[in-house]
Amino acid sequence: MSNLSMAGALNAALRNRMEADPKVLVMGLDVGKLGGVFRITDGLQKDFGEDRVIDAPLGESGILGAAVGLAIRGYRPVCEIQFDGFVYPAFDQIVSQVAKFHNRSLGQVRMPITVRIPYGGGIGAVEHHSESPEAYFAHTAGLKVVTCSNPSDAYWMLRQSIDCDDPVIFFEPKRRYWAKGEVDPDAAPLPLHTARVVRAGTDVTVVAYGPMVATALDAANAAAEDGHELEVIDLRSLSPIDLAPVVESVTKTGRLVVVHEASVNLGMGAEIAARVQEKAFYSLEAPVLRVGGFDTPYPASRIEEEWLPDVDRILDAVDRTLTY
Amino acid sequence: MSLHGDVPPEPDLVQLLTPEGVRVEHPDFPLSITDDELKSLYRDLTLVRRFDAEGTALQRQGELGLWASCLGQEAAQVGAGRAMRTQDMAFPTYREHGVAWCRDVDPVTLLGMFRGVSLGGWNPNENNFNLYTIVLGAQTLHAVGYAMGVARDGAVGTGELDRDTAVLAFFGDGASSQGDVNEAFIWAAAGNLPVVFYCQNNQWAISEPLERQTRVPLFHRAAGFGFPGIRIDGNDVLACLAVTRAALDEARSGQGPSMIEAYTYRMAAHTTSDDPTRYRLSDELETWRLRDPIERLRAYLVREAGVGTDFFGEVDEESEALAVRIREACRSLPDPDPLSPFDQVYVEMTGELAEQKAGYAEYLDSFEGARS
Repeated sequence: MSNLSMAGALNAALRNRMEADPKVLVMGLDVGKLGGVFRITDGLQKDFGEDRVIDAPLGESGILGAAVGLAIRGYRPVCEIQFDGFVYPAFDQIVSQVAKFHNRSLGQVRMPITVRIPYGGGIGAVEHHSESPEAYFAHTAGLKVVTCSNPSDAYWMLRQSIDCDDPVIFFEPKRRYWAKGEVDPDAAPLPLHTARVVRAGTDVTVVAYGPMVATALDAANAAAEDGHELEVIDLRSLSPIDLAPVVESVTKTGRLVVVHEASVNLGMGAEIAARVQEKAFYSLEAPVLRVGGFDTPYPASRIEEEWLPDVDRILDAVDRTLTY
Repeated sequence: MSLHGDVPPEPDLVQLLTPEGVRVEHPDFPLSITDDELKSLYRDLTLVRRFDAEGTALQRQGELGLWASCLGQEAAQVGAGRAMRTQDMAFPTYREHGVAWCRDVDPVTLLGMFRGVSLGGWNPNENNFNLYTIVLGAQTLHAVGYAMGVARDGAVGTGELDRDTAVLAFFGDGASSQGDVNEAFIWAAAGNLPVVFYCQNNQWAISEPLERQTRVPLFHRAAGFGFPGIRIDGNDVLACLAVTRAALDEARSGQGPSMIEAYTYRMAAHTTSDDPTRYRLSDELETWRLRDPIERLRAYLVREAGVGTDFFGEVDEESEALAVRIREACRSLPDPDPLSPFDQVYVEMTGELAEQKAGYAEYLDSFEGARS
């Protein structure tokens, strides 16, 4: 058991998989000597060499395109995209090539590629450094999409993603990189594509993931002071979605609020709302509400705290759902 | 002093067999080749042309949804394909039927994609011939990644004939404008990777002429990226063979990437859906017809190698037999099961997809007699 930051846990997971499998390669911008701009790959090049921790030429399409070729050759690349807003140059390679290759080859070639993307806002960054593009990828068949909210999940979910024979888009909530938590490398982890109830409650179900889990838990603490018990679920896997715990919870509470940083229009919240009303229509006491980013470009950082969902906006939604 | 000086004249291209069928020597690319090997190349070219014509015919008969003809580019493809060793890997576009032929990929497998019964479906590692790639230029980056793997596997510069491996990345004049192709050049150069970029400049990207893509000869671009580039007569199978062989040898030995511009011409429409009479003149077609890749080899074989009509008759018979075989095989390719799209989305089907598949199966079964 160690007390690690999320960044440290991710680093430990990469190191663990590189030690276990010589076919695992790390590739991205500044991942070598610098250890990545967030230091997630710190020390890996020193220990595993420039052949396995590869400072890529500056092109995201190149990183993903090369990963496809490496996968065809039998490698297991772990790609780092430096910031969320820089993944779009690689979009074609991800959705047209990575996601489809296994299918196009009738299962004869696998794409065990992990794409790590630091995402989300709240760090006072310049434009294109605070985005939440998860829905684009969750929409694409052939990809798996996951996100972690704490150091233990970061460690286990990254290990599981690298072991996965399908491509996994791994979203890392960059504003939570430095929060510490216990990581037990001997514990049996949850399967990768499962949601987890992180706080039990009876009145309203709150589904969140990634950076918003901590915010939702803060909201639950505040709500408890007002006498409302929120059940908070960390979704963890965005594709596929582990809906059963959500439905089970809504069956109990009758009320659901979905929280994410991404703009609400056609976001994960829309999908969850649609599925929950299909599966738990007669349990719902109120419309499913979404709390998320507005349908605007991510704002200039001095007002990002206004734009991002926070405890008050979650509580506001909780209050609204309780009025039905 | 002016930044814009004179544009250098168009360079010569490497040619070993003239359009008239006269064998010429090139100081840098000597080619020693037997008459039997020449006959074998003639056979390849003829069979590929026949197969390609059958593709067009099958589309016209409604058996294929689309066909992208390689008519006129047979030499560029067969020369490159025959220059490869077994362990070398090819990354084609969607028109490399001649290369597929050289890699022993069954033409019927290719037809399946154009018939609409598969999205590719062959195993790239079985014949070292990647799946066709339709998004322009994307495959050049796959070639680069594969070449990175080759280098990491220690399969470059060992001097072992069966071990050292090169990668051949195909693209066209149109794709040369794509970002992916330019990124691939950069990656290959920075990593000194064993990859040969093989550009079939067929002069047209659907309706857009070469001038829309470039104002320098395409092979000149290689210099800017830091590796050698060369232009060859893409309708001369001997030049294509000799130069590609040399480039692959250099890649295998660890000398890094190179680019070959095979100067050729797309004699047919872009695909069977295209109408080139809207954008190009038939004069141009006539000029290129005189440079036909098969006719020149036939002329050489007749005049210089004393090859008689028996041989050509045999090849023609074999061509017809091939056409009959693939026509029948194509027509009997079964439509995929409506539930098959679910099956290979993931290595292990997700629960939500299994649920969707089961729901659709139930729906299909709800029609009386619709499914057995």
